[in-house]
Amino acid sequence: MDEKLKKMAIENSDSIVQLWMQEINSLKLDNYTASISDELFESTNRQFVNVIFTSLKNAGSPKAVEEFSEKIINLGWPLSYITDGLQVFRRVTVDYILSQYEQLDSAFISNVLKSVDTWVEPLIRQLVNEYSGSWENTVSLQRVALQELSAPLIPVMDGITIMPLIGTVDTDRAKLIMENLLDGAIKHNSEVVLIDITGVPVVDTMVAHHIIQAAEAVRLIGATCILVGIRPEIAQTIVNLGIDLSKFPTKSSLKKGFRTALELTDRQIVDLGNRADSIEQMIQSLKGE
Amino acid sequence: MKPQSCVNIKKEWDIVGARQLGRDIAREIGFGTVDQARIATTISELARNIYLYAEHGQICFEVIDTFEQKGLCIIAIDIGPGIEDVGQVLEDGYSTSGGLGAGLPGVKRLMDEFDLQSEVGKGTRVKAIKWLR
Repeated sequence: MDEKLKKMAIENSDSIVQLWMQEINSLKLDNYTASISDELFESTNRQFVNVIFTSLKNAGSPKAVEEFSEKIINLGWPLSYITDGLQVFRRVTVDYILSQYEQLDSAFISNVLKSVDTWVEPLIRQLVNEYSGSWENTVSLQRVALQELSAPLIPVMDGITIMPLIGTVDTDRAKLIMENLLDGAIKHNSEVVLIDITGVPVVDTMVAHHIIQAAEAVRLIGATCILVGIRPEIAQTIVNLGIDLSKFPTKSSLKKGFRTALELTDRQIVDLGNRADSIEQMIQSLKGE
Repeated sequence: MKPQSCVNIKKEWDIVGARQLGRDIAREIGFGTVDQARIATTISELARNIYLYAEHGQICFEVIDTFEQKGLCIIAIDIGPGIEDVGQVLEDGYSTSGGLGAGLPGVKRLMDEFDLQSEVGKGTRVKAIKWLR
């Protein structure tokens, strides 16, 4: 029974394809694909229908399906194009097969429905899996990329390291900050660690709590932690929240924090602006001789 | 009063989504940067409480625009375990999760109006309003 129906569908593929194309084109107007050129839409549809029929003939052809789903992903078309296309195929095929018989009983109709379902279902499954798999892959890659950016520690001088934080601090990141801070402070033998929060949009109690803990841990390993980059609005919200940050020094900018760090390590910035004058004086005195 | 817009809180990253939406609405109403930061922090605290204690809930925003005054109302609703002693959680330094315990009392100070209703076993509803001056 199933084989007979399959043969019939394949032999009459031209008429089924025609019906399918009509339906799909009517979907185009009020759906996703409004900005796509007609030729591209047409050629992709042809390919889609070919994929459906080849997998019907060979009882599944993973290679062609894979290529097709990759193409849809690269084009950036929505997943609904694939599911709609296959639903339409199911509907059109059932209609077509039923229209070929004059006398129908309910058992026959249910058989037809069942057979067509078994053709379409594996295709839907595979295409949707390919498609969502590609999204999952993108998301996990981005997560890794984010993690790489998440808590860098930069040694800028003997004994001074800076950790610039940009973006939202969540629990995972807070853990990373703590680990990197301590590992780095020991590895670089830091005396002063500057945490720069200029790029952190919101400092709530959780973020503050993690920073306090990190600073306390840094203190335990014998280094000093300076919190820098506190913007005025952040300072006000911290005061409103009633958070006590008095256990370690804080500064408004990285520049000021760095100056303090130099002082703590017995160094200072010397302006060499008058060197040019002294060279000139030397030249003058040489000329005199 | 304009219709509410709500954000569901289920994952930790939903907190960021709620904060972003709240900040955008606050900017549209005309709040300055300091008040925007206050509102964003409030949302962050309330959303984190939902995520930590109730696991899921909602943060809703309502723009208040009457003849006399304009403002933003933030409502946090959850069907979580509820709060046993409401007076205690509004004291500074009280926390059951090892945090700083500054969240709810902080929100009360950050905003102009604050209302907390909670029933053990049924859930919690926090309403906070910031007026535009």
